[in-house]
Amino acid sequence: MSMFRLLVAGLFVALAFDTATAIADDSPHLGKPISEVDIKRWDITVLPDGSNLPPGSGTAAQGAKLYVDKGCSLCHGENGKGGPNPTLVGNPSLTADGIASPKTIANFWAWPTTLFDYIRRAMPWHAPQTLSDDEVYALCAYLFAANNLIPVNEEMNAQTLPKVNMPNHDNFIIKFPDRI
Amino acid sequence: MSRRQRGDGPPLEFVAGNGLLHRRALLGGGIVFAGAFGSGAPLTGAAAEPLQEPEWSLMPGDVTPVLQKPSRFEANVVRTLSNPKGDARTQHARAPLQMLEGTITPNALHFTILHSGIPDIDPAQHVLVIHGMVKQPLEYSVDALLRYPMVTRKHFVECGGNSAPMFSPVPIQATVQALHGLSSCAEWTGVPLSTLLDEAGVDPKAIWLIAEGADSLAVSRSVPMKKAYDDAMIALYQNGERLMPGNGYPMRLLLPGYEGNMNIKFLRRLKAVDQPAMTYYESRNYSPLLPGGKAYKFYFVNEVKSFITRPSFGCSLSGPGFYEISGLAYSGTGRIDKVLVSADGGKSWGEAAIEGPVCPRAFTRFRMPWRWDGRPTVLTSRAWDESGAVQPLRADFIAARGEAKKVPNVLGFPNQHYNSLTSWGIDASGEIKHVYV
Ligand code: HEC
Repeated sequence: MSMFRLLVAGLFVALAFDTATAIADDSPHLGKPISEVDIKRWDITVLPDGSNLPPGSGTAAQGAKLYVDKGCSLCHGENGKGGPNPTLVGNPSLTADGIASPKTIANFWAWPTTLFDYIRRAMPWHAPQTLSDDEVYALCAYLFAANNLIPVNEEMNAQTLPKVNMPNHDNFIIKFPDRI
Repeated sequence: MSRRQRGDGPPLEFVAGNGLLHRRALLGGGIVFAGAFGSGAPLTGAAAEPLQEPEWSLMPGDVTPVLQKPSRFEANVVRTLSNPKGDARTQHARAPLQMLEGTITPNALHFTILHSGIPDIDPAQHVLVIHGMVKQPLEYSVDALLRYPMVTRKHFVECGGNSAPMFSPVPIQATVQALHGLSSCAEWTGVPLSTLLDEAGVDPKAIWLIAEGADSLAVSRSVPMKKAYDDAMIALYQNGERLMPGNGYPMRLLLPGYEGNMNIKFLRRLKAVDQPAMTYYESRNYSPLLPGGKAYKFYFVNEVKSFITRPSFGCSLSGPGFYEISGLAYSGTGRIDKVLVSADGGKSWGEAAIEGPVCPRAFTRFRMPWRWDGRPTVLTSRAWDESGAVQPLRADFIAARGEAKKVPNVLGFPNQHYNSLTSWGIDASGEIKHVYV
């Protein structure tokens, strides 16, 4: 086959393909393809099975120091109690004040991954996304240990954190199962 | 009308106790009460002043501004703020629903909740990314989305914690704005989310979509893919103009009928996944505690609700005679089908007039003509929607969902998703109190 004929055949295929997609799908297609690598900086969602937890680790001892150094204690109180913002340490009864009982990490939260996800994306409130992944693991270790959910010397990392047992885990009823 | 003599209107027809009139009285040629106009002889101006020209009629008015503001005489029609100084916590702005009419909340008065203030987003730099379990991750600029085929829909957005003061064991004396002001309704225009999901090519195993905002807390919620494909919209316009900054400029997720917090504002990322993320807000704030200590999760829908906005706490009746009872009804599960109103604390009910067109998952205005005889009375309303859902009576609601033991702060959130009745007690002097029936 001559070069010319090859070129023509190629052109024909390309044209046919273009027309076919245009007919099969009249969506505007104005989105720019992007790779997961380029989305990485934004992709901070951690799932309950632990997927998307970053490498790194931290301990309660490191976390206790960070808790003060990073200003957490200013808003959440020394040792996680008594500050102007939500209590982070404490396990009050979920029925003491009826349906208005305070919810805490220890008495209510169902998944340990929620803590990592939230601290990493949102805290400290005035300077979010300034903590390193090691620091977030350390703060999680500190808060889990202070709430007696892990032994004080257990290191938190991508393998150990999703396995932290949350006591209230099984106490949720799905309100609208048929909408999932 | 013009040929009709005074005293000649349709006959008075009462449909329920304490002076509730047939709704026809509103739709027809008006109501005439026997005796209301005296003997029929021309009224003389014994007490009236002769008309004068006011000063504004005698000189040219102000220069036309580029952006209109309400009259200075309406300066009290504003939102109420829970955190006016912007302390390091959530800011709530409640809509003055008792001072508004119709079904659209003006943009400047639309309720907002910001967990860390209003981000100042440059639309030229904002993008929306769709990724995760998709064939091709895509990035959309705001300009690109503005070129897409759009839809316009009227929908309410309501905070899942709206009406929380109603969990108080005794009625808190507060306005509709304080009790129910975390709810508003607008005409939203934007791109159906399904269009964009199809362009990215969602894996059928991805049954959840994690939505995230560009605010400093990157507020994030898990949305069932079912809803995303059903009627979700990337909203770009609110009542004809681009979104208000506090409502999510330059774009927000709109999930008609689903609790406000899920309608992620400043939307910048949608990740298709096979499990819910159990983000902070869905795991904690919007998982309402039940009596006994268990809790609901995935309480997506704001269920059928209604309340009378006029007359209501904060105003008083100026004496016996005719009043129009006016209120709002809406439901996250469809169109409002009917609203009943009672003027005797729920002993008897009459059907209110509903103004159409009635849109699904949108504010619906109901009206009821009423002749107050001057005796103490209790006004209340109850709504049904097209799915058959009915607003629960308070006793039934409290039996299922419980109430707070102590009177909560009116700005607090003892629990979420209250949709039972609201009642207004009126005493002989016309004073209005919030009461439970
Ligand atoms: C400037 C005040 C401030 C600082 C500093 C701060 N937080 Fe917070 N934190 C808040 C506020 C406000 C909330 C509630 C946010 C909301 O409801 O949207 C919160 C919520 C939380 C929660 C969720 C608690 C719950 O049970 O609801 C955790 C966990 C948390 N912060 C951890 C931290 C850690 C760790 C640090 C330090 C790195 C920190 N915070 C620093 C203000 C602060």
